[in-house]
Amino acid sequence: MKVIKYLLVGFVFGIVLTKSEAVSWYRIYEMFQFQSFHMYGIIMTAIGTGIIGIQLIKRKNLKDIKGFVIEIEDKEEGSARYWIGGLFFGLGWALVGACPGPIFILLGAGFWSVGIVLFGALLGTYLYGVLKDKLPH
Amino acid sequence: MNIIFQTWPWYVSGFLIGMIMLSLIYFGKTFGMSSNLRSLCSMTGLGKRVAFFDFDWKAQRWNLIVVLGAMMGGFVAVQFMSDPSNVAINTKTIAQLAQLGIDAPNGKLMPDALFGPAVFNSPKGILILLIGGVLIGFGTRYAGGCTSGHAISGLSNLQIPSLKAVIGFFIGGLIMAYLLFPLIF
Repeated sequence: MKVIKYLLVGFVFGIVLTKSEAVSWYRIYEMFQFQSFHMYGIIMTAIGTGIIGIQLIKRKNLKDIKGFVIEIEDKEEGSARYWIGGLFFGLGWALVGACPGPIFILLGAGFWSVGIVLFGALLGTYLYGVLKDKLPH
Repeated sequence: MNIIFQTWPWYVSGFLIGMIMLSLIYFGKTFGMSSNLRSLCSMTGLGKRVAFFDFDWKAQRWNLIVVLGAMMGGFVAVQFMSDPSNVAINTKTIAQLAQLGIDAPNGKLMPDALFGPAVFNSPKGILILLIGGVLIGFGTRYAGGCTSGHAISGLSNLQIPSLKAVIGFFIGGLIMAYLLFPLIF
């Protein structure tokens, strides 16, 4: 059961992202050209749902599956890492039209060339690991 | 039955993505896809040489299982739930892409010009995908999250750092879309 619930959440995630076409290179291109509301609608509805859910969790002190009160960690303070790191990711996102979730989903769907993107992403992650202490955060 | 094959509307998809994030919170975890890239690097034993990868990736195995499920979901959705009417993007976008020499979707999720099998024989094609990947991997670890970790999880929790990151995503995306992309194609 432990494993199955994660597999199931992932499975639904893969189907939703494919059926909403959020995994599609075309949808990301169209989004950055401001020629469709579709992607903005998806992201804003997801955030709206999330805000309501998280406010409910916090105000009602809801418990998680194990019975512990849910506590959501705040993101680390900082600026440089978010602006600069975000900018690097945005460049890649608009070029290959995929963020990390869709990279895996597309590979599963049989788009083998996305394997090159995944290899690059692992290389980029390695690069960050090596340079981490030299970068402003 | 139509609902299975047509493009799912944004309000249904967005709501479900929000619920996926909340389910993971209910399981005592967080929604974030790019951290799996770090786990995958650590699995290869990189932790012995680079401190950043010296962490307990086994505690993150649940997230790799989410990834496995997502890959299976992608397979099922493409194999059994697709229709030629899908990916009906703006006709203006299609005309614009034609000028850059990029094929129209006609139901495909990905353009052949960038992702078709011919790309494996094209040094330029391989380089584009590789560099795109490097930017994604480097940028998401630097920023500490991607669309799922910052845009969805972070903004849902009203985190200012995530807002900075998401604005950064869009600045980078617009620089690519308007300044660099026309130079590359």
